[in-house]
Amino acid sequence: MLRLVMLRLAFGAMTVLAASVLIFAGTELLPGDLATAILQNSATPENVAEMRAQLGLDRPAPVRYAEWISHAAQGDLGISLSNQHPVAEELAPRLRNSFFLAAFAACVSVPLAVLLGLLAAIYQNSWYDRAVNFITLLTISVPEYLVGYLLVKYLSVRWGLFPSLANVAPENTLLERLDLTFLPMLTLVLVVVAHMMRMTRASVLNIMASPYIEMAFLKGLTKSRVVVRHAFPNALAPIISVIALNLAYLIVGVVVVEAVFVYPGLGQLLVDAVAKHDLPVVQACGLIFACVFILLNLLADIMAILSNPRLRRAR
Amino acid sequence: MSQIEYLQKLHRAGRIGRRELLGRAAALGASATALSVIIATEDAHAAETPRRGGTMRLGIGGGSTTDSLDPATWNDSVGTTGGFAFFEPLIETGAGNAAQPGLAASWEAKPGATEWVFNLQKGVTFHNGKTFTADDAVYSINLHRGKTKSGAAGVFSAIMDVKKTGDNQITISLKAADGEFPAVLTDYHCRMVPEGTTDFTKPVGTGAFTVAGYQPGVRVHGTRNPNYWRKDRGFLDAFDLTVINDSTARLNALMSGQVDTINRVDAKVANLIKAKKGYELVVSPGGWHTVVSLMQDKGAMFENHDLRLAMKYGIDREQVVKTLMGGYGSVGFDHPIPRGDANFNTALKPIAHDPDKAKFHLKKSGFAGTVTIQSSDAAFNGAVDMATLFQGNLAKAGLKVDVKKEPADGFWSNVWLKGACVVSYWAGRTTATQMLDVGYGPGAPWNESHYQNPKFTALLNAARAELDAGKRKSILFEAQALMSDDVAALIPAFRNSLDAHNGKVGGLVPASLSDMDNSAITVRGWMKA
Repeated sequence: MLRLVMLRLAFGAMTVLAASVLIFAGTELLPGDLATAILQNSATPENVAEMRAQLGLDRPAPVRYAEWISHAAQGDLGISLSNQHPVAEELAPRLRNSFFLAAFAACVSVPLAVLLGLLAAIYQNSWYDRAVNFITLLTISVPEYLVGYLLVKYLSVRWGLFPSLANVAPENTLLERLDLTFLPMLTLVLVVVAHMMRMTRASVLNIMASPYIEMAFLKGLTKSRVVVRHAFPNALAPIISVIALNLAYLIVGVVVVEAVFVYPGLGQLLVDAVAKHDLPVVQACGLIFACVFILLNLLADIMAILSNPRLRRAR
Repeated sequence: MSQIEYLQKLHRAGRIGRRELLGRAAALGASATALSVIIATEDAHAAETPRRGGTMRLGIGGGSTTDSLDPATWNDSVGTTGGFAFFEPLIETGAGNAAQPGLAASWEAKPGATEWVFNLQKGVTFHNGKTFTADDAVYSINLHRGKTKSGAAGVFSAIMDVKKTGDNQITISLKAADGEFPAVLTDYHCRMVPEGTTDFTKPVGTGAFTVAGYQPGVRVHGTRNPNYWRKDRGFLDAFDLTVINDSTARLNALMSGQVDTINRVDAKVANLIKAKKGYELVVSPGGWHTVVSLMQDKGAMFENHDLRLAMKYGIDREQVVKTLMGGYGSVGFDHPIPRGDANFNTALKPIAHDPDKAKFHLKKSGFAGTVTIQSSDAAFNGAVDMATLFQGNLAKAGLKVDVKKEPADGFWSNVWLKGACVVSYWAGRTTATQMLDVGYGPGAPWNESHYQNPKFTALLNAARAELDAGKRKSILFEAQALMSDDVAALIPAFRNSLDAHNGKVGGLVPASLSDMDNSAITVRGWMKA
């Protein structure tokens, strides 16, 4: 078990390294560079050259890459090319914001999705099952910015229940934070719940076809007891991996929601940095996103193993 | 907004006196009855005097996480609206783009207009307690000259030398005579900082506010500078600027009461705000205009004057204003001087959409090929639509046009200034001469269309060296008439900038250079009780 985890971690580290090379190569391929991106139509050949020299962009790409990756390994993510702030300082508050929103959305959506999924399995083909399937499919099919705008229109502008602007500041208390991020959280919940709920329902129903479930019914157990106690534990592995995927999405894939609610998360930072070719920031974001994906998948694997007694016990 | 409404707004904000308001309204043809109505409405607004105190919350679009507080790097509305609260210029732009005293109290040109003397305000202190002197002014100007990453480098290349000629006096010598040089110093990059400043992460200026919080692309937060030297502005206790780049989110924030004022209102919803009680739309007819360059190199197709004329008559300018700007704009005359400019040629006739005339000139030109318009939404939102619109317009005149959609990434470095026919934009400049100079002057690095006409060059040089405003005006009139017929560019339309605010904000007046009262709303505006 421990060996398995170590092996996975080692593979993960290699994946991160490979991802960093890809991101670097990708930004190098983009036309234009930071100097022209910043100066736009006030660029002259002279001030572009001067800005390049100041930013160290006049050195060859492999040299810049090697320097960056060796520093990053020591925890130094470098200095943002465009505004001279240390990248780590720039990232930290946004990373906290992203994690906060993801955690808030996960705390609501995961229990909700599993509960809805189990109920749908228990009352299979009932009106409830159909309704919950239809509604969640609807919310996942509508683009997330539209969901966001609809929520803002009614819950914020029309009825004034929640703020439309999630402009959290360091001085906010936890309660203020929860209030400010309520609408983005709700948007994300509506987007991710369908996937997890349907997976819960499908994998539970899949197990329900097994002979041992029939045995349980023959023993005279109620359907809800069979589903929750007998089928659900065996259906956990696929549910866990879908949850992990959705958690990763909540952290790295929510740039549209961030834009709609003006939430200072990592996504917006990455988009801006790519537009301005701010390589240290792009790479730091890429690295963090890669780590999040790999760690969550690793966690999902371990949880799946723990949920399965056959894998849990070393032979 | 009519010109009279505009004057009324200026009057309410205390920018022009009642005599000037009525005088200018009468000059615009207001009848005696209309004037009495104006007097009555102004009396009703008499209570709108600035009030001290309060916090203004702004939702501003045009910011990025790559922003910084170094004035040399400012390139959009958040940079300037936030930055102007902390830093001040030597000279600022007032109503009608007139040069007004800032940290320079007065100035004069030596005969010949190649040397200018600026007398600085005395007794002004920086946020760190240091007194503002000529050394600081010289250092601050030099930050934008020579080896620099500043966006002001282009216009400041006209400066030959900056010298301290007294504790509170500097003298600037120019490479060529310029009768309107003070306007160059109003460039939004050129702000006064203490001598030796290199680190802008802890900004020190002389402005009405000190930095209380700064997160690039997220928030700019300032609190009142208790030692601020000016009494006629700096009314707020604090301001809190949130960067909101999404236009719907910006509007939502205003409507749900989370911010008091926003910039860049979407033209599609502008009429709804105008009609909504408790909100006000501020329309600023400004210098921002769309451009299609027609590169006029030797041997290139646009060297052919008749082909250029075919395009000038072939495009439908009214349609650009109507469909792309929601009516909040005005047609261009193929010269870059906006209507609000004192030197705008009022005698010039608009270039009417005339497919027959276009057909005639196309035939005369003998051109049988295809014109490829390169366009990207990196230039401005709707640039590709405009190119497509022209494609349809020109097809009616028999001119084949291809629209090539360029990637936003790298547009400014790979397409602009390089392509033969490129859609781009210009933001307004303080003076007409400056605008002609940066965009169309011979040898100007940003002369997109490589426009060259000895007659135009002569007019431009004469206007630049002219100290007499009246004579300069007549030269500029001639230059505009010449451009309208000849220039190697289409300037189809000028766009108004649209700001909005709720009933609590006072002093947000239309301004022609940039949104939010030329980005000075935090300094010049106030909150009503």
